[in-house]
Amino acid sequence: MPEASPASTQELERAALDSLAAAKSESEIEEWRIEYLGRRGVLSTRLRSVGTLPPEARREAGADLNRLKNRLSNAFDEAAQHVSESKREFAPGDAIDITLPGRRSNLGGLHPSEMMMREILDVFNDMGFQTVEGPIVELEKYNFDMLNVPADHPARDLQDTLWIDRNSDDPVLLRTQTSPMQIRTMEKQKPPVRIVSPGLCFRHEATDATHEWQFHQIEGLAVDEGVTMADLKGTLYEFARRIFGTQRKIRFRCDYFPFVEPGVDVSVDWDGRWVEIMGAGMVHPKVLEGVGYDSAKYTGFAFGMGPERIAMLRYNIEDIRHFFSNDLRFLSQF
Amino acid sequence: MKVPLSWLRGYVDIDIDVDELAHRLTMAGNEVDSVKRFRHIENVVVGEVLNVAPHPNADRLRLVHVDDGEGVHEVVCGAPNVAKGQKIAYASIGAELFDAYSEEQGKTRRLRRSKIRGVESSGMVCSEKELGIGENHDGILVLPENSCIGTPIGDVIGDAVLDIELTPNRPDCLGVVGVARDVAALTGKTLRMPSLNYPTTGPDVDTLAKVSVADSDLSPRYVGAVIRRVHIGPSPPWLQERLNAIGERPINNVVDATNFVMFELGQPLHAFDYDKVTDHHVIVRRAVEGEVLTTLDGVDRKLDSESLLIADPGGGIGLAGIMGGENSEITETTVNIFLESANFNPQNNRRTAGLLGMRSEATLRFEKGLRAGLAEVGIKRCLRIIQEVAGGEIAPGLIDAWPGKGSEQEYVDLTNDHIVRVMGVEYPVQQIETTLKSLGFEIESLPDGGPNGWRVTIPYWRPDIAIPEDLVEELARIIGYDDLPATGVAGRVPRWEPGATHLFRHRVVDALTAYGMHQTFTYAAISDELEDKAPPPARRSSNDRASEGVKLENPVSGHHATLRRSLRAPTLESAARNTRTWRGPVALFETGLVFETDPDPNAPLPRQSEQLTGVLTGPRGDTLWDRVDNDFDFYDAKGAIEQVLETLGVDAKFIPLEDTTYAQGKAAEVVTADRKGTPIGTVGIVDTAVWERFEAESPGAVMFELDMEALRVIVGDKTRADSYTPYPRYPGSQRDLALVADSSVRVGDALQICQQNRLVKSASVFDVYEGGGVDEGQKSIGIRVIYQSDTRTLTSEQIARAEEQIVRRLEHELGVSLRS
Repeated sequence: MPEASPASTQELERAALDSLAAAKSESEIEEWRIEYLGRRGVLSTRLRSVGTLPPEARREAGADLNRLKNRLSNAFDEAAQHVSESKREFAPGDAIDITLPGRRSNLGGLHPSEMMMREILDVFNDMGFQTVEGPIVELEKYNFDMLNVPADHPARDLQDTLWIDRNSDDPVLLRTQTSPMQIRTMEKQKPPVRIVSPGLCFRHEATDATHEWQFHQIEGLAVDEGVTMADLKGTLYEFARRIFGTQRKIRFRCDYFPFVEPGVDVSVDWDGRWVEIMGAGMVHPKVLEGVGYDSAKYTGFAFGMGPERIAMLRYNIEDIRHFFSNDLRFLSQF
Repeated sequence: MKVPLSWLRGYVDIDIDVDELAHRLTMAGNEVDSVKRFRHIENVVVGEVLNVAPHPNADRLRLVHVDDGEGVHEVVCGAPNVAKGQKIAYASIGAELFDAYSEEQGKTRRLRRSKIRGVESSGMVCSEKELGIGENHDGILVLPENSCIGTPIGDVIGDAVLDIELTPNRPDCLGVVGVARDVAALTGKTLRMPSLNYPTTGPDVDTLAKVSVADSDLSPRYVGAVIRRVHIGPSPPWLQERLNAIGERPINNVVDATNFVMFELGQPLHAFDYDKVTDHHVIVRRAVEGEVLTTLDGVDRKLDSESLLIADPGGGIGLAGIMGGENSEITETTVNIFLESANFNPQNNRRTAGLLGMRSEATLRFEKGLRAGLAEVGIKRCLRIIQEVAGGEIAPGLIDAWPGKGSEQEYVDLTNDHIVRVMGVEYPVQQIETTLKSLGFEIESLPDGGPNGWRVTIPYWRPDIAIPEDLVEELARIIGYDDLPATGVAGRVPRWEPGATHLFRHRVVDALTAYGMHQTFTYAAISDELEDKAPPPARRSSNDRASEGVKLENPVSGHHATLRRSLRAPTLESAARNTRTWRGPVALFETGLVFETDPDPNAPLPRQSEQLTGVLTGPRGDTLWDRVDNDFDFYDAKGAIEQVLETLGVDAKFIPLEDTTYAQGKAAEVVTADRKGTPIGTVGIVDTAVWERFEAESPGAVMFELDMEALRVIVGDKTRADSYTPYPRYPGSQRDLALVADSSVRVGDALQICQQNRLVKSASVFDVYEGGGVDEGQKSIGIRVIYQSDTRTLTSEQIARAEEQIVRRLEHELGVSLRS
């Protein structure tokens, strides 16, 4: 072992760090590592020479060198990382600007009514309700008579009708609700029935921020032995949790629709107030009997809601007329 | 229906505040639309005068200490009648009071802190005039001794009118008593039924008048009474106030009495001048077609043969259940009265009223269908009121033409099982019975026994009760739905049925939104003018009559008078409108029903079929830093269709199409690639003149259509791939063909020749060029061909041979040659 007194650890450290600072590339840093920290590097050599020191000095010198080794290792890691980062930033030739916008294809989108309807229908599909669709130019008997709303019944005032052919033997109208699909489905199918039916409906109404003469509706119907009002509540409660959030509550209040008895109006809690979102109830025995179902055996519930109204609530849309304006400033937000 | 709280209180005690009352009524089905408060003045409450002391600086003024429940206030008061222990109306600073000294009616001023003759007055003790309830300003208003300190003054001197939006099944609540009955049931109070008693004098009514009902189908019950020697004049203040409070104009005491009872009990009544009824004989019959009656509003009404008339032997004297006749009207000179309280057929009443445009308060009630029993209760109550407000002698007895007596449903049997079956929850028997009784239902055990069932008598005021479910609703609405458990539908899940139209639509719609397009919904009814801007294509098949638009009989406006026959014009209009407000790409589509009359005259409904139309206009993409953006062109529209068809797994051909909406020679019909060549759509550049009609700000547009019905039939339940095909394990080779062709050659034809070679896996066009370097009238075409076999690696000789075959066909069939 060379006797020539080597530089003190301080001097060694200074020299090492200076030379590390001078290393600019990955290879220069690697060379530095081999020189100082390698198996045959300066520090290893020094550590091995500790054994030549007088026994009383060995312990301190060894600890001193080990601390230095740690410091240099850290310095190396830092330098290596720094170099690899600068390589990424300053690689010559193909510089990029990560702040420049990327190339994208145009982002199209579903109409918010459709989006809302799909979401709502998914909820009921998951509960075994199948989606069915039907005509929007409809026979009066399906839209009214068979739903327990005979001609000259005051309940017709609740829905002002747009007529296509009022004086025909089988009068024709634009459906005022999706409820005729209850009848069309039950005429074709025996219980159990579990359907949802979305589609356009029309009413002879003056248009303003909360009224449109054309709008979508989603109808629901479940008929079987043992279907109850409590089942309706459970079903709609699940709907509210999925559409409005798991903490939502729903509330029933008594209301009148000729084709259900009892009838209820369903509200959901929204920012501390109750907002009415749909009409519902137990299918009127007359409606069941009208399609040939045994009302002593079967019960059912039905509900109807407006997806535009629900979207308005959910997205804070102030005017229902946006839905049919087809303005991209509106559509592109969804 | 307007229901003043003060009127309601006549029949039921109310000890909850009006908002809570409105809430409970609403939850029980009588939706309170609004509550209008009268004489409610902020910052004025009931106070008690603790002591009265002289004012140090003024003889006429005094210092009064008032306790308003929150504290004691010193008030300067000039009223001579103020005294210790009085309950008074105390206004604190900030109250808006009527200005007692202003000439102007109804002028108010805000009470401010002030010193009166050197003493600060913190508030005021109010006079009638300052509260707006009278003219008296000589002294303060002294309130009843039992008034509670701190109560808002509105609760003592004010009133509130509930505006209830009634559902058509509850005509009982078109009378204040009906609402009171619900209030009693909802608050645990007892209803106080108004009195129906009155003294009678003179000869029996049968000797004074006669009623003949010719058409009892339209008039199931007709009750008449005679009251003689009345004094016609204005109603007493209490009656006028009642009517004024609900917005009805008082007329005279007898007419007001009939109106009052209508609004009290829901039974419309009519008073005839007895002496103007010929022979005192009332005849209820259908009108003769064309018969004219002058109603008491002075209008001549021409009636049809289904209109029900109240007549005497000389002709009509009233339009049954709608409005009286002018000739039998009560006037100042009327002395004797014939009073009518009838039950008319609801459908007929509604029909006639609708036909004549006369939706009177009477019709509003009759059309809902009243029970015959109400007519008798109504007339008794009315006789009592007439006698009270107009005097007169009531003839004993009632004329009662009720041939169908006993034919009305009298009861409904309800079992506990039925309640559970409907509601899914069992109510305690005690609660069921109490609730039904609280609504005035008489109940007894079912005749065939068992503790779990009731025979429920239908009361005369509830025409809507007919089946057990109606009673279940009564229970549910009074007990409330809040405690109803929420359960899921148990039992069988119905079998899934195939062929759902919406799932097919989702595939198409999703392909287009992924292509960067926005879905739209336009109105199903449009104007002919709009449709004419881009008319639907003419039918090609000769055996199909020209389609006709379906018209609405009563459109909301001329803009929405005809059901659309195609989505062309609406979609073009949406796109054009957006070019005026939207700077980026405008790429819209709609899928929806279009309508046309069915050529089969026996078809019950018009044809309704689903179509899809897309329009693209403006820049192809949003502005980007390194991209020069061209506007959308034909190939974008074609690409949209190709993307949809590829998604669906449908092969199609594009063949030339002439269609007036598209520019000439710049459109194609899309047909299936199979031998049938089923038409499934169109695509092309919108004709410039057509596009200009929509006043767009972009120079042009491209459009495409898909026949969703035809496509759905073709696709069925098929997915894009019928089955998986193992992909080739042998490498492919790519060769580019540089071709020169006559400008008129269609690139697709050249491409097809390449694709038809059996060693070619795929071929695509990578360049089409005309201009410098290419001879005039020629174009260069670059086609990239991938040669690949499923069974072996192709040798360069095999590829060369295939390429040679292709080149030969290109030359031979299209005159296309390799570029030298």
